[in-house]
Amino acid sequence: MTDLAIIGAISIFTAGLTVSFGAIGPALGEGRAAAQALSAIAQQPDAASTLSRTLFVSLAMIESTAIYCFVVAMILIFANPFWTAALEAASTAGG
Amino acid sequence: MTLSPDEIILFVVGGIPINATIFYTWIVMALLTVVSMLITRKLRADVPPNRWRTALEVIVQGIQSQIEEITEGLSRHLLYFAGTLFLFVAVSNLLLVVPGFTPPTSSLSTTTALALSVFVAVPLFGITSRGIGGYLKTYVEPSFIMLPFNIISEFSRGVSLAIRLYGNIMSGAVIAAILLTVAPFFFPVVMDLLGLLTGMIQAYIFAILATVYISSATAPKHTSKTQEPTP
Repeated sequence: MTDLAIIGAISIFTAGLTVSFGAIGPALGEGRAAAQALSAIAQQPDAASTLSRTLFVSLAMIESTAIYCFVVAMILIFANPFWTAALEAASTAGG
Repeated sequence: MTLSPDEIILFVVGGIPINATIFYTWIVMALLTVVSMLITRKLRADVPPNRWRTALEVIVQGIQSQIEEITEGLSRHLLYFAGTLFLFVAVSNLLLVVPGFTPPTSSLSTTTALALSVFVAVPLFGITSRGIGGYLKTYVEPSFIMLPFNIISEFSRGVSLAIRLYGNIMSGAVIAAILLTVAPFFFPVVMDLLGLLTGMIQAYIFAILATVYISSATAPKHTSKTQEPTP
């Protein structure tokens, strides 16, 4: 395999791995948070507005870890610095 | 596929290329300013409020009540700051439904600028409320060992504010673009609906987090409210 092929294959593989592992933790965490908030709302329906507000904020903060993984995967696929460096090296070597 | 609207050059003014992020930011700013000026033009006591003015009052009072719930004691500067952040992010996310409009918040430059303004505003609000010595003392609380961690957390929450907003809005745009090539008609519409919901929630969270950071840097001022009135 050429250098370009190796870089491309590893980047795509790592991007998939990043999203898959990065989705596991936030999914478990968000499930726990939502379950707790639902049982809390069932116990105290009067506090539903406060609970749902804090639930939304905490869900977004948990979800941001998954978003970080997604951003890293997008960088690996669409804006990979090593890929462009290898392309430039190949073009200078070729002519 | 372009990851950020920074790379789209719309036109060139006097040798300076104007990219899509700057242009659409101007559009959002102009929209907010012109609409607010038109509505509040006849803001006098003898003019009865019309429906537009009532709508604006509902928005402002909603922001005010949310801030009051967090800080317990409203400072008007905080209302201006957090309200501006919320309105800008919310309007630029909601204009996603206009065809051809790229939300400026899907560029990392815009979200970094917003996060930087929060990063600067936190010490400013803290110093005006506690004084320089009092604000610097919050870094060594609860003990001196926590000083490096407090400084790191100051930076890391700025970074996370920027990346969170950027990632959420950009992911909506990327997923819609990918689905457009797979299932052209129906699914992108559904994902755009989801994007509207995410955009509103992210705008809310951005403003709420800015308020929480600022109110944790400022001094608590409710001491007389909790005391029992002496008979």
